Amino acid sequence: MAQLTHRTSSLLKPLSFATRHLSSTTPITIETSLPFTGHNIEPPSRSVETTPQELLKFFRDMALMRRMEIASDSLYKAKLIRGFCHLYDGQEAVAVGMEAAITRKDCIITAYRDHCLFLGRGGKLVEAFAELMGRKEGCSKGKGGSMHFYKKEGGFYGGHGIVGAQVPLGCGLAFAQKYSKDENVTFAMYGDGAANQGQLFEALNMAALWDLPAILVCENNHYGMGTAEWRAAKSPAYYKRGDYVPGLKVDGMDAFAVKQACKFAKEHALKNGPIILEMDTYRYHGHSMSDPGSTYRTRDEISGVRQERDPVERIRKLVLAHDLATEKELKDTEKELRKEVDDAIAKAKESPLPDPSELFTNIYVKGYGVESYGADRKELRAVLP
Amino acid sequence: MGCGVSRLDANGMAIPARLRPIFLQRLEEIKLRRQNRHLNAGSTPSKKELLLHAMDDDDNASHHQHSPRASKSVPSTPKKGDKMSKTEIYGKENGIVANIINNNNNKDDDVVAKESNSIGKGKNDPKESAIEGAKANMKDEDDDGNERMIGHEDDDAFPGSPSFRVYFKDINGEDDHIDDNGKRDAFKDAVSSDDGISPMVVIRREEDMLGIVRQRVACKANPVSSLEQGIRLIASRAFSSSAKEMTVRDALNSALDEEMSADPKVFIMGEEVGEYQGAYKITKGLLDKYGPERVVDTPITEAGFTGIGVGAAYYGLRPVIEFMTFNFSMQAIDHIINSAAKSNYMSAGQISVPIVFRGPNGAAAGVGAQHSQCYAAWYGACPGLKVLAPYSSEDARGLLKAAIRDPDPVVFLENELLYGESFPVSAEALDSSFSLPIGKAKIEREGRDVTITAFSKMVGYALQAAEILAKEGISAEVINLRSIRPLDRSTINASVRKTNRLVTLEEGFPQHGVGAEICASVVEESFEYLDAPVERIAGADVPMPYAANLERLAVPQVLISSCPYINYFVF
Repeated sequence: MAQLTHRTSSLLKPLSFATRHLSSTTPITIETSLPFTGHNIEPPSRSVETTPQELLKFFRDMALMRRMEIASDSLYKAKLIRGFCHLYDGQEAVAVGMEAAITRKDCIITAYRDHCLFLGRGGKLVEAFAELMGRKEGCSKGKGGSMHFYKKEGGFYGGHGIVGAQVPLGCGLAFAQKYSKDENVTFAMYGDGAANQGQLFEALNMAALWDLPAILVCENNHYGMGTAEWRAAKSPAYYKRGDYVPGLKVDGMDAFAVKQACKFAKEHALKNGPIILEMDTYRYHGHSMSDPGSTYRTRDEISGVRQERDPVERIRKLVLAHDLATEKELKDTEKELRKEVDDAIAKAKESPLPDPSELFTNIYVKGYGVESYGADRKELRAVLP
Repeated sequence: MGCGVSRLDANGMAIPARLRPIFLQRLEEIKLRRQNRHLNAGSTPSKKELLLHAMDDDDNASHHQHSPRASKSVPSTPKKGDKMSKTEIYGKENGIVANIINNNNNKDDDVVAKESNSIGKGKNDPKESAIEGAKANMKDEDDDGNERMIGHEDDDAFPGSPSFRVYFKDINGEDDHIDDNGKRDAFKDAVSSDDGISPMVVIRREEDMLGIVRQRVACKANPVSSLEQGIRLIASRAFSSSAKEMTVRDALNSALDEEMSADPKVFIMGEEVGEYQGAYKITKGLLDKYGPERVVDTPITEAGFTGIGVGAAYYGLRPVIEFMTFNFSMQAIDHIINSAAKSNYMSAGQISVPIVFRGPNGAAAGVGAQHSQCYAAWYGACPGLKVLAPYSSEDARGLLKAAIRDPDPVVFLENELLYGESFPVSAEALDSSFSLPIGKAKIEREGRDVTITAFSKMVGYALQAAEILAKEGISAEVINLRSIRPLDRSTINASVRKTNRLVTLEEGFPQHGVGAEICASVVEESFEYLDAPVERIAGADVPMPYAANLERLAVPQVLISSCPYINYFVF
């Protein structure tokens, strides 16, 4: 039921959001686009409680993420970003919905499609762009690159290039949380391509044996690089693949569904051990910037999803439907965000490349004064701390 | 070891004159010992025998006429008519050698006489004790019970099996003091035949010989545990004045125990570490003491539990992940390298990984190809990892404690065959705050003539060889590397600058091995100080075979006697 608490539209003034008559904490109930499907578990209800503030925040965050990814696309084509660049546009609802359901003490770990999750965990735009361009101000001082964003104080553990490796690592984080009696959970995210990895099942087995507070989130964008899910998996029902581990299938393009599912999963994991969430989502870009994305799917499909299921559009419609802002305001917000992103890019471009001495830093925490050599042993060498 | 063929150098002299008689004498000893062995064991001479006999002088030309097939039906007997050398070897009386063949054509008869007289007669002769020991062992019953520990049993248990690595210099007919042609042909026949001579016949370079000639001995301690232990006991007395002994197993157990009690973040994870008390009993008693949250038994899923361990380390815990052997670490090597070693660097210091991966490494006894590889070189190549390889109990305790306290990922390579070995430990080492510095090698034995670097079990072998070399008047410096990464290049180089010769010893595969790295390091930093090329001794370049004799051939061994054509061989 998308019923509002009473309000007359004449009271709305086209000013900043803060002057809305509707208090920003008034609860709004929104129905998710689709019901949840459960495996070995009773799915949560379709009705999600939210507030205008949250709704607008969703819009802003997702629009920012979208803008960032599009800007990264241009930067890559301008050759300012090198190597790999895996873009997340289309999947923003997963990042934003998840953030809304958890705290910064909960941990998130993902694979290489990590830019937006980093942002969601408190990462700054400048840090992200600088890292993409390999500059000193990057979140990993330019030494990681697109696939290795980390923000430990925000509970974001990366940023991993090896497909599937992040799932046992995530279960390890959950193990440590349980060991330390922290009452927090870990969201180990992976894609439909990684869902067939053996180590995932090894880790899931142990997580289930030991009741670890681990939530495995399969961001199913239906294509593992260029391989469609039906070509890679005998059973593409990834939420069911845990067998004895309960699973939930969620519409990943609906931020509120994601939020509801993550909230539900967190409660479950703290009490009962691991659970699998399958987010049915989609990426507009190809696997990475070197993939046009059209050799294995049609442009019609891409544009079809964009028209019918785009997460940002969905939130925009909700905002408009609830009269929380006008079209113009939303457009202005988007312009603001665009400017914010452009400023961040400009700032990141100014940041210098790391100093050559950085070649030898951070290899060890404690280097014992050992010497480390560069390619020319006589020219380039350093003593580790 | 491998086979290599090389030429005489310009001087045409293989061996300095003063050492030639000893060399020749040793050859005789060996030949006769082999003959004797066959007599004792009742088997026919192997190709090796023929090879050896091929080097006889022409008085014994009859040996040449034995074709391989013919010889199989005829047990070899030393011919009474053989000319006896002036050298009566004490071994003869002791039954080690049945006969002595004179192969002495050189000009220095006086020297020979003098040397041989002094060598052969005295019962106090230092070499004799080694031989005595060997003889005693040959007469021993086969070892029981300690099979696992030894791994390389007494050869006499396997008649006909070659027990020596015999190195022959390539004779191309130019050497004036060796009458060669017939021998060389016979030798070539032997080597090229299908009877499978072996990797044991090695022809060393002339330069090597000249260079290392002083070190040439390598004695085969036909040894079995008693001799080994005897020597170790002798060697170990040099370690410390404390009488307290501790096995490596107990050392590791106590180190784990103390570190776990000192820091609640330390936990152990691996297969059978808990209820089974440890596959090799290293974690015995820890489950009872610390409970199942801290001593975690895992299913047989290396990739999974290693990843879980690394993830826990990301969060701030200090896991100790046990691999039942490092061969299984290959299932998890992605997590060790990509998730653990590189994380601190990729995250520019945000994510440190204070984890220890430990377990037995290298060959055990009779476990076959898939369970016998040494991973020191593989892990030692990766920046971001620290790789430690303890030898004695003190090493084990100190290094494991240092590893657990270290904020970086450490690969801790133990050795199954060392677990049961006892070593004396000082009072200092028993203290719970004891730890050894990472990246520092230990000079186990000081010397002047040659440096031998080794790690893990091979340190014991190096020490044995050094003992034996000492009796020959060659003083070997044995370096126990302790730390493969970071490698203590300064200690190695300082030692080489002192001794001017280097032998690297390891159990693993030779190509791209630890010895190769040490050689490169020494060549880079101390080239002018080297008097001879670096000698690299490693396991055979083959997957580990199962058959006991082949297994013995595939790993370095300590040999006893030298012979004229054994330039050396050290191992």
